[in-house]
Amino acid sequence: MAKSMSDVFTDFRDSKVWRSVFRSGAGSSTLHRSLAVQQNIFLHLFPTKVRRRMIGLSATWYLGTLTLGTFLILVATGILLMLYYHPSVPQAYADTKDLQFVVSSGLFLRNLHRWSAHAMVFLVFAHMFKVFYRGAYRPPREFNWVIGVVLLLITLFLSYTGYLLPWDQLAYWAITVGSNIASAVPVMGSKIHFLMLGGNFVDANALLRFYVLHCMILPLCAILFIGIHFWRIRKDGGLYAPVKTQPAAKAAAAGEGA
Amino acid sequence: MDVPGGLNRRDFFMKLGLGSLSIAAVGTSVFAYQFLSPNVLFEPSPVVNAGKPEQYPLDSVTLDVKTGIYVIHSKEGFFALGAICTHLGCLTAWKQEQGIIACPCHGSKFSREGVKVAGPAPKPLPWLRTWVSDDGDLMVDRSATVRPMQFVRV
Repeated sequence: MAKSMSDVFTDFRDSKVWRSVFRSGAGSSTLHRSLAVQQNIFLHLFPTKVRRRMIGLSATWYLGTLTLGTFLILVATGILLMLYYHPSVPQAYADTKDLQFVVSSGLFLRNLHRWSAHAMVFLVFAHMFKVFYRGAYRPPREFNWVIGVVLLLITLFLSYTGYLLPWDQLAYWAITVGSNIASAVPVMGSKIHFLMLGGNFVDANALLRFYVLHCMILPLCAILFIGIHFWRIRKDGGLYAPVKTQPAAKAAAAGEGA
Repeated sequence: MDVPGGLNRRDFFMKLGLGSLSIAAVGTSVFAYQFLSPNVLFEPSPVVNAGKPEQYPLDSVTLDVKTGIYVIHSKEGFFALGAICTHLGCLTAWKQEQGIIACPCHGSKFSREGVKVAGPAPKPLPWLRTWVSDDGDLMVDRSATVRPMQFVRV
């Protein structure tokens, strides 16, 4: 059964249609495997080969991967929430309540979105602490650290802009306070405040601006920088984990740095 | 490892995995269908309050653009027609000088009783259920059609 099934799959992988999409075709040689990775737009961001110890839990605790996982959950649930949410003053709060109490599975999706958002902020920080204390930010990975800081800021802005959308008292006053913090910027503070809210206080324009930022601009920026971040891992020599060294060899390795 | 049943460990896990994925796929489809079907609609009510009958003079045809209905006061009594063309859904208009209901999109024409006179419309304009409420208002239910020539006398 399994034999014939794998035969069918091998024939299918050698068919003209399959080969037009995945050019490497059937075969399990090292070359086939390398081509399968290199010729796939999603996989080519990743190294063609990874050291076995790098995919062990202790190497990274999968914190970066888990952050990506929460991001993907947030995109999927966020798109579904958008089907029932109108970013307008009369409707926003009622739509949020409808998502909780009227829409089938709406409560599940909204809570999944909210908890994933909290988890993503936590995981981003955990990932950064891990990278910092392991010294993985050092050359040649120093620029990827910078991209990581940009991704941190995007994550925080996503969290902040999403906070207004339920349009309840908590959201309204949180954004009122937060936007007033922005107006503390020297010289151009009040201008930033005005442009951010599209007015002098949190109202319909602010809700629409935060919605567009939250659902379009910031996610697109995040996807762009995540792409660069992952591609740089490959270009900077793969995942980083310190070499487990014997105490005697440690002193010698210490001089080399990364 | 050969087992009498012919099912080795690899086959077993292959079937278990594919079976689980199939169940998950069915569950996801049900979940998606239920989520995508709105449980509450915020659409206007099909029942329209057309106001006091006295405001419609005898032999008049009145189009309410908002609700898409004609209220017609004929010698036999009141009746209401759907104003949406049965061809492709355009809003028709009453032509007083010709005494017909005409559709601007593809030229369908209907008599004052909704009967098709010309054009591509496949069906006559529907007669809508009409009655007088306890407050004396003329009511029309746009979701309920009735057989033609059922007049409401006030």
